[in-house]
Amino acid sequence: MIAALLLTAVLLVSSQASVAQSLVNRKAPHFVRQDLDGQSIDTAQLNGKVVLLNFWATWCAPCQIEMPMFTRWQKQYGPRGLVVIGISMDDDPRPVREAVKVRRIDYPVAMGDAALGKRYGGVLGLPLTFLIDRNGIVRSEFQGETDLGKIEASLRTLLADH
Amino acid sequence: MKMRTITTTGVALALALLMMQSPVRARSQFAPPPAAITIPKTQLMQPKELNALLSATGNARPLILQVGSRVMFDQAHIPNAEYAGPGSRDEGLNLLRDRVKPVEKAAFIVLYCGCCPWSRCPNVGAAYKMLHEAGFTNLKVLYIDQNFGSDWVNKGYPVAR
Repeated sequence: MIAALLLTAVLLVSSQASVAQSLVNRKAPHFVRQDLDGQSIDTAQLNGKVVLLNFWATWCAPCQIEMPMFTRWQKQYGPRGLVVIGISMDDDPRPVREAVKVRRIDYPVAMGDAALGKRYGGVLGLPLTFLIDRNGIVRSEFQGETDLGKIEASLRTLLADH
Repeated sequence: MKMRTITTTGVALALALLMMQSPVRARSQFAPPPAAITIPKTQLMQPKELNALLSATGNARPLILQVGSRVMFDQAHIPNAEYAGPGSRDEGLNLLRDRVKPVEKAAFIVLYCGCCPWSRCPNVGAAYKMLHEAGFTNLKVLYIDQNFGSDWVNKGYPVAR
């Protein structure tokens, strides 16, 4: 009886613990995914690059506003070492393929899932964008609709640092 | 004839531009789902209110249905909530319709999403509309201002995974 009560207490405490944990100043969790074109994305191979990792979904209106700008930044800052990666949190890749085509997104996009979301501190709202420095450390996290100027300013700081 | 050609071309171009600009939707790109802001304020419930209700013993528990993202539901959801979405897609509304078929019309139901800021949520409006029109009389929608992480999880309210 006491053991059952203790177990219940432990479960209640763990269920009340915050799921959404910040990764700022921590090593970005490693992952390997295939993008929509079947090409492998392996974050272990991105050392030396600045990574903009964007979690999005086709039903997320603010995401649709950001993504053309990310495409533009990939083109503009790619020569300086920027790599943009999109992770779709849709349940089905079909609308994702359509959205990527319609929006002319030309950076790698892969499908995410709950496991990847949890590793990134819990993706419990979109959009969610991480900026990762050349050593693989998360330096910024932008949750929800964000002033794109702020993201770009942080990005440029990381790009200048090498 | 030349004027007609110009007009036809102009209309075609306008349509093409419109299709490129609008967000991709499961249904027609010209019929977006009802916005969350169409839900009457009297039907909204604040997170603090729902947490108090769930915490108090003896209260009748509502049927809690998450009508947003499955991937987000799988990461974290309100304890005992069930997934019945997404409200922005026909298959999600079908799932919701099937779930509430055996439920009495006077049953206490709480819908929620939390995918993104309330004013941008494409899921709760359509889900609410469908259940309201189906005759459910004790229907509330959890008002999540920014997202489930900020407005529920990070407030320390109970979470199940």
